[in-house]
Amino acid sequence: MAFESFAAFLVMEGHGPYVWTCYGVFFVLMGVLMLLSLRQRRAVMNACRRRHESGQERPASATQPTASFARVEVSQD
Amino acid sequence: MWQFFHKLGSPKWFYGIATRFMPWLLIGGLALLLAGVVWGLAFAPKDYLQGNSYRIIFIHVPTAFLAQSVYVMMAVAGVVTLVWRMKLADVFVKAVAPVGLTLTFLALFTGAVWGKPTWGTWWVWDARLTSMLILLFLYGGAIALDRAIRDEKSAARAVAVLVVVGVVNIPIIQYSVEWWNTLHQPSTFKLTEKPSMPAEMWMPLLLSVLGLYLIFGWLACLRMQTEILAREARTRWVKELVLAGRH
Repeated sequence: MAFESFAAFLVMEGHGPYVWTCYGVFFVLMGVLMLLSLRQRRAVMNACRRRHESGQERPASATQPTASFARVEVSQD
Repeated sequence: MWQFFHKLGSPKWFYGIATRFMPWLLIGGLALLLAGVVWGLAFAPKDYLQGNSYRIIFIHVPTAFLAQSVYVMMAVAGVVTLVWRMKLADVFVKAVAPVGLTLTFLALFTGAVWGKPTWGTWWVWDARLTSMLILLFLYGGAIALDRAIRDEKSAARAVAVLVVVGVVNIPIIQYSVEWWNTLHQPSTFKLTEKPSMPAEMWMPLLLSVLGLYLIFGWLACLRMQTEILAREARTRWVKELVLAGRH
């Protein structure tokens, strides 16, 4: 152990707030990223399953026309 | 060799392999990272000059190191996308960019918090810090560009070009501490020399770098699987996979 007591470990001779902020932010952000990634895969999987179970091969949105870049002649007078 | 290359291009084959490797990547990564962090926080001796604030190094260096090496991997995948049009390469770039963004942000954040007690300032516009900030913008740009283009193939090519061009920033980050006078200290690890710190300091650092590498591997596999499922949703193998998972 590099510290004499647990309290000294937390205080880190005044550098505690800096060190613990860094570690806190690191673990929270990485944890959130990992959990979100897991949930995302589950969501996509469930969506796939629902589509295949209902026998509908294409989602409704795929048949809708998307925006096009076709030129529209509008008089600019 | 060529057969392996072809298999590597098959999303279905990759999905299966990833499922098999992922538990090991996660368990190994968490174990190494926690070992490195606990060792570094509680047992490593304190720095004679910086005191205890240097203990931030055990997460600062791994995130900064990964942030750059993830970008290089993305650039290699970008070349593969442009030259061979391999589907998986594009899936990799898309899946991994948000992870790179998070890692770069963490490197900048921990660096700023470390800088305050050490140099007396959160931020300076010097070469190392600025080039790292540019890396953050490159990741953000790649994500935004991908979302802005509807067509999957055009998006893949545009993002690949951006990522490949941006790789010029990586040597600038690497050598900034040698080319210019910066506040940032020189690298801790060099391939050619022994580390300048004692073993009780660089050993835990090495552990946390390796641990974060494995966790990145796990995240990459997981996020690539998500992307593959979304893209191949209508294929027979995905249908079999999702219906088999029903309980």
